[in-house]
Amino acid sequence: MMLTIKNLKCSIGEKEILQGINLDVRPGEVHAIMGRNGSGKSTLANVISGKETAEISSGTILYKGEDLFEKSTEQRALEGIFLSFQYPVAIPGVNITYFLKEAVNAKRRYLGQNELDAATFLQKIKEKLPLVDLDISFIKRAVNDGFSGGEKKRNEILQLLMLEPDLAILDETDSGLDIDALKIVSNGIKSYRSSEKSFVIITHYPRLLHYVKPDKVHILINGKIVKTGGPDLAELLEQKGYSWLES
Amino acid sequence: MSQSREIIDKKIDQDYQYGFVTDIEQDTLPPGLSEDVIRFISKKKNEPDWLLNWRLKAYKLWKQMSEPKWAKLKYNPIDFQDIIYYAAPKKKKELKSLDEVDPQLLDTYNKLGIPLDEQKMLAGVAVDAVFDSVSVTTTFKKELASHGIIFCSFSEAVQSHPELVRKYIGSVVPRTDNFYAALNSAVFSDGSFVYIPKGVRCPMELSTYFRINAAKTGQFERTLIIAEEGSYVSYLEGCTAPMRDENQLHAAVVELVAHKDANIKYSTVQNWYPGDENGKGGIYNFVTKRGICLEQNSKISWTQVETGSALTWKYPSVILKGDNSTGEFYSVAMTNNYQQADTGTKMIHIGKNTSSTIISKGISAGKSHNTYRGEVKIMKNAENSRNYSQCDSILIGSECGAHTFPYIDVRNPTAQMEHEATTSNIGEDQIFYCNQRGISEENAVSLIVNGFCKDVFAKLPMEFAVEANKLMEVSLEGSVG
Repeated sequence: MMLTIKNLKCSIGEKEILQGINLDVRPGEVHAIMGRNGSGKSTLANVISGKETAEISSGTILYKGEDLFEKSTEQRALEGIFLSFQYPVAIPGVNITYFLKEAVNAKRRYLGQNELDAATFLQKIKEKLPLVDLDISFIKRAVNDGFSGGEKKRNEILQLLMLEPDLAILDETDSGLDIDALKIVSNGIKSYRSSEKSFVIITHYPRLLHYVKPDKVHILINGKIVKTGGPDLAELLEQKGYSWLES
Repeated sequence: MSQSREIIDKKIDQDYQYGFVTDIEQDTLPPGLSEDVIRFISKKKNEPDWLLNWRLKAYKLWKQMSEPKWAKLKYNPIDFQDIIYYAAPKKKKELKSLDEVDPQLLDTYNKLGIPLDEQKMLAGVAVDAVFDSVSVTTTFKKELASHGIIFCSFSEAVQSHPELVRKYIGSVVPRTDNFYAALNSAVFSDGSFVYIPKGVRCPMELSTYFRINAAKTGQFERTLIIAEEGSYVSYLEGCTAPMRDENQLHAAVVELVAHKDANIKYSTVQNWYPGDENGKGGIYNFVTKRGICLEQNSKISWTQVETGSALTWKYPSVILKGDNSTGEFYSVAMTNNYQQADTGTKMIHIGKNTSSTIISKGISAGKSHNTYRGEVKIMKNAENSRNYSQCDSILIGSECGAHTFPYIDVRNPTAQMEHEATTSNIGEDQIFYCNQRGISEENAVSLIVNGFCKDVFAKLPMEFAVEANKLMEVSLEGSVG
């Protein structure tokens, strides 16, 4: 099992945001978690990646069979968990090449592999850039600094392709994208899909799911998964909205 | 880059690594300042009468002056009678070559990473090393001489080129300029001297390393650089000191003179001992640096990376006298623990079409205070002058302070002035973003800070840029988490 979430409850202040989440993600599976704003989607992404915004009151998360709560954000990343941010922050003055080389080599060091030298790294990034329709000039720019919404998301997927995670959490990757950018980002994601890699796609709207077909769709309302189904559930949601699920 | 990364990694686990003391026979005076001390210094250096009188006049002026109190610096009063004004490694005889230099002294410079051995000097940097008060050796002298370039210790210049020294000393920073400049003028013991003849482009970076070793010693060096018409020189200055519990005073004067079409680039990596994490010890750094663009189309550029010293009081300035002349100031000042820095620049526009650029980056961590203080003055006849100033501050943690005091004085209506300033915290979001990509907190902070300083580091000569990066890493240690 790639990811196992059991009875996860957590709160921010007095408010219980996640009220007992259960989820099993196998290698090669793509899961979509859909819900309205405030349903707890992003909190779930944060808890998996290790951001300490919410207090965990009960439950466990196992990643490849190991307790995630024992590991720091950095360690989780090094062991193959990747979060594509809804709002990626800018790091002025630090270009993408330098940033990504740091990240890639941190992971390689952790795994006991040789660090990539500049030439090999450049070769690798040159192979990945076309997958998200970017050219070489892009990687000379400072990380997310002055990027458009579409550039930010493409940069996230570029990092995913370079870091080669086993589990990718995509938090609202489709938000703020026009149709062209959505296609580009979707193609990037699809190029990485394989029988070993897993995705958890967190989204408000089903439109990304037209391009990246999920194996399972979960609907999150008020911190609970109220319904689970196949890709057709997303279609249903598009026609009927969320209200029919709220009782 | 991976090699420099290795160097950086090695440095991360270290505190101030230049804190060793060299056990060497010193020729020192007892603490205290008087006319006799000045006469002693002057005699030791076999100086001509005019220079002794120049010093004595400075001393008289100094006695009538009081310490400047306007800077945003808090410290206990300095007892000027408790400072040693002359300390020199004991020389057994006149040195003919590097082989004759005290091996312990050479060992010190090796520890500092300064390759004095000309054979090993592939980097093409000519080094003048000032140990406490005395210049120990100048490398690459012959090669430079073939271009007519003079690069030697100040004391040597007084002997070999007295006419040049006499003409220019005090011409940019007069003895009356300020308390510390007056003190330096009275007691300066050595420093570097550079003369670039007309039309010569200096073929290598010239470099001086300053080292305070002896206890209770003040260091009062003086640097004078003269660039004749159409010449170019890039000069680098680095400095370190042992870790000692008491504060030590450093009061230097640097004067730059750029003639018509001349270009002087002056870079500093200042790493004097900053004191320990409780604010004990460290160097008091009161320095007057000024250049004059004397004639048209000349250019002076200051780049500084300030990570050291308990106190920094330093405003490298440019007087833009010649028409179409250019002044630049690029600065990174990093303070941690209890360090205090009050630093910036002055750009005085006198000539027509003169332009100046100021880029200042302040990084404060721990309980430190970091102040930018800058003045831009456009005089009445400075038609069509321009200034661009950008002052950015970044705060690490919640107990430090960043302060900005820009003074603008415009007396000509054609002037164009631009000023931008920002202050920001290193965001938790930025750190989390890096963490999520597998980059550790410590590396994330140095990444973010280096990105913040990039515009300034880009102005440093290559080898210095690597050193500056290293220094930032060391200085940032323990500032997070």
